[in-house]
Amino acid sequence: MIEGIAIEHFLVVSTLMFFTGICGFIIRRNLITMLMSVELILNSVNINFLVFNRYLYPDQLQGHFFSLFIVGIAAAEASVAIALIINIYRNLQNIDVENVSEMKY
Amino acid sequence: MSLSVFMFYMLSGIILTFSVLSITTRRILRAAVYLLIVLIATSGFYFLLNYEFMAAVQLTLYAGGIVVLIIFSILLTHHISHRFNRPNLVNLLMGIGVAVIGSGLVLTTLLTHPFMANNAPVLSVDMTAIGNQLLSTDKNGYVLPFELISILLLASMIAAIIVAKKDKNKNSEI
Amino acid sequence: MAGFTYTVFIVLIPLVVFLITGLLGMKWKPIVSGIIGTVGLGISFLLSLITAYKYFIGMGHGAEGFQSIIPIEFTWLRFTESLYINMGVLLDPISVMMLVVVTTVSFMVHIYSLGYMKGESGFARFYAFLSLFTFSMLGLVIATNIFQMYIFWELVGVSSFLLIGFYYQKPSAVAASKKAFIVTRFADLGFLIGILILSYVTGTFDFGKLTQPGTAIFGSAATMSFMGISALTWAMTLIFIGGAGKSAMFPLHIWLPDAMEGPTPVSALIHAATMVVAGVFLVARMFPVIHFQAPETQEIIAYVGGFTSLFAAVIAITQYDIKRVLAFSTLSQIGYMMLALGVSGYGGEEGLGYMASMFHLFTHAMFKALLFLGAGSIIHAVHSNYMYDMGGLRKYMPITHITFLIACLTISGVPPLAGFFSKDEILVAALHHNKLLFAVEFIVAGLTAFYMFRLYFNVFWGKDRHYEHTPHESPLTMSIPLMFLAVASIFAGFLPFHHLVTSDMMGFDSEMNYAVAIPSVLIGLFGIAMAWILYKKESVIPEKLALKWGILYTATYNKFYFDEIYLFVTKKIIFNYISRPVAWFDRHVIDGFMVGIGMTTEKVSYRIKGMQSGQLQHYAFMFVAGTLALTLSMLYFLK
Repeated sequence: MIEGIAIEHFLVVSTLMFFTGICGFIIRRNLITMLMSVELILNSVNINFLVFNRYLYPDQLQGHFFSLFIVGIAAAEASVAIALIINIYRNLQNIDVENVSEMKY
Repeated sequence: MSLSVFMFYMLSGIILTFSVLSITTRRILRAAVYLLIVLIATSGFYFLLNYEFMAAVQLTLYAGGIVVLIIFSILLTHHISHRFNRPNLVNLLMGIGVAVIGSGLVLTTLLTHPFMANNAPVLSVDMTAIGNQLLSTDKNGYVLPFELISILLLASMIAAIIVAKKDKNKNSEI
Repeated sequence: MAGFTYTVFIVLIPLVVFLITGLLGMKWKPIVSGIIGTVGLGISFLLSLITAYKYFIGMGHGAEGFQSIIPIEFTWLRFTESLYINMGVLLDPISVMMLVVVTTVSFMVHIYSLGYMKGESGFARFYAFLSLFTFSMLGLVIATNIFQMYIFWELVGVSSFLLIGFYYQKPSAVAASKKAFIVTRFADLGFLIGILILSYVTGTFDFGKLTQPGTAIFGSAATMSFMGISALTWAMTLIFIGGAGKSAMFPLHIWLPDAMEGPTPVSALIHAATMVVAGVFLVARMFPVIHFQAPETQEIIAYVGGFTSLFAAVIAITQYDIKRVLAFSTLSQIGYMMLALGVSGYGGEEGLGYMASMFHLFTHAMFKALLFLGAGSIIHAVHSNYMYDMGGLRKYMPITHITFLIACLTISGVPPLAGFFSKDEILVAALHHNKLLFAVEFIVAGLTAFYMFRLYFNVFWGKDRHYEHTPHESPLTMSIPLMFLAVASIFAGFLPFHHLVTSDMMGFDSEMNYAVAIPSVLIGLFGIAMAWILYKKESVIPEKLALKWGILYTATYNKFYFDEIYLFVTKKIIFNYISRPVAWFDRHVIDGFMVGIGMTTEKVSYRIKGMQSGQLQHYAFMFVAGTLALTLSMLYFLK
């Protein structure tokens, strides 16, 4: 509980960061920048958890551990994504997301 | 205005500005650096909330690990001075539309909901407490997720290595 | 009661034979199927004779007449408390008599077919169908309630269809079997509606309840009427229409001459002795209901029967196909039976018409089967159906000749053969009731004698022809049934029917009415004499007469163009104005609708397949947009 800052303020920040990330994911054409937008989204969610933990359940640590695990998983996911991007670059010589459309009808 | 409030507004300003910049800039290395700044500011948030362990983890893993990884991959796959094209109109409209509507929806819900602050005694979050709870097997223990995430990390490591491995017989650029 | 439960086997044995020969007939030599069929029918035949002996002589009739015995009855379908359909076996005088008739003729036909159908490719199939038919007919005659009779009625129709169309590769046979089935099916519609009306009004299907004298179940029906005619008269008339279809009464007679496309044993069994009398049997079964509740229907029955017999006899004079002559003769004789039922009263002397009709049914079965089997024998020898290919056969086929002659004498009403007694009783009954019908029947008796002996003289006398290969007498399997039936035709007339089968199941005494007997014999002899003059030796008189009668002759020869009229009505009118529009509707509107659904689906899916673009960002957008839409709707619209 921080004096002077209501919980809504934190949540507004995290919401805006979340939707910024989504917008970035849809707008960007480069695979790596899409990955960066995904990291934005994950971070906003992390903030959310910790804020709830601090404001609504200060005597428990569940939000804290959740965030910890989220960070761990984000790391794993980012590494696998990068490996895939490198592989795609090797095969297609560029990493434009519009070239990766094998699932087209 | 107390210091924490001032810090809060500054940090949130940094976060919002640089996250928007990160998704709209046309040079890729700048996007990575802006992301780095956003992550550091986020860890500043964690310090503000008195979760020092979390802030440290954020700095170490995110800012120090993932962003570095991203920068490495940028260097591996691009010319550094390569400038992007503008995004095409359809995607732009879709993205902005979704973002605006979504944030409007979530914000209205948020701001109309009465959050009841809990006045329970604040738990001190020091390493002993965290460590104990992480590895305990009773009701609030997290040893099972801990083990699972270690397996997950192992698996992702192996996957990353295999997917990115160079084919020995083929001639390739990298 | 207890001693008669074996009678269910009379019906079931042919069913078992049908299943065995039908399913397994291809696995062994054809003759085995023939033997199984014949032996099975032989057992049924013996059992029915035993039953007849036990019923008529063993039990006799007590003070109240013969009893209806129901050895077996069980509920087959129960819809509600009051609506249920039973299956069972009913033994009363007419059903026991019919058991004897059906099994006798069927047994004779089975033996005969061993010789006649020898070498045919569908031999086993033939015996299977014969057994199916016998089973259906037996089930019909022992039915305890009208619905069971209807079920077996339809089965009889189906078996007849199968048998008439036996030579399924001949288009004319196929057309004939279709015609028979459709005409009888059309009549059966009336039958069904009649059954429904009757059971609605009386609340029961059961024959026992319906025909009990003095029963009260018709009380509510007396006041119901529709278009000025009481409900019961409608019901009985519709039921009679069903019977008229099966018995080929005018105007539903068109199928019977064409049904001669089937093999001759089939004609003998079905179209002489058993199936065509099903209608007469039905009327006899429902007789108390018709007589007491719907007297108008009885008048209709009498006139239809009389008209049919005259109509058919006139046509028979000019036909050349021997089987067609016999077919029209059957029509005429059944007209006699219907007429007798139509003029009958109830009880004792009044019920003379009823007794006469049943008596004539019995004797007619014997001699008509004999005539058909004899015709089969002739056709087998000469390989042609037509009278102008035959002549002077008496030298080559003595047994057939003698038996055929006996049958012709019987049908002409020459004493002391069976036909004289039965036809005589009918004439007496008609005289008492309606002088016009008596006159018609009297004339028809003469015509009958004339055309039968025209047939006889043309085949066995007439010009001595030179045959390509000399016709030989039929093998023993074909001759023995002929002899048996000839004996039956001679002696059946002496059975004391007036003690055994009467309208109220009590006997009555009757004696010979010489005032009627002598003129009827005389007109029969007159007919024979005319035929002798014209046909015994070869002469040109018949052609001259035909030319002189001109138009009347042509009309009669073409069966009064009824077939053409029916064809015209169905092809030009019903097909063009009803069937074609309905078919168009079915093809374009209903099918079109279904096809349209399919094509619309295809077109729509072609348009929206662009949504699977393969672009990751599109998918992400859809995902987020969908989630937002769901959330919006949950929060705001589904409060």
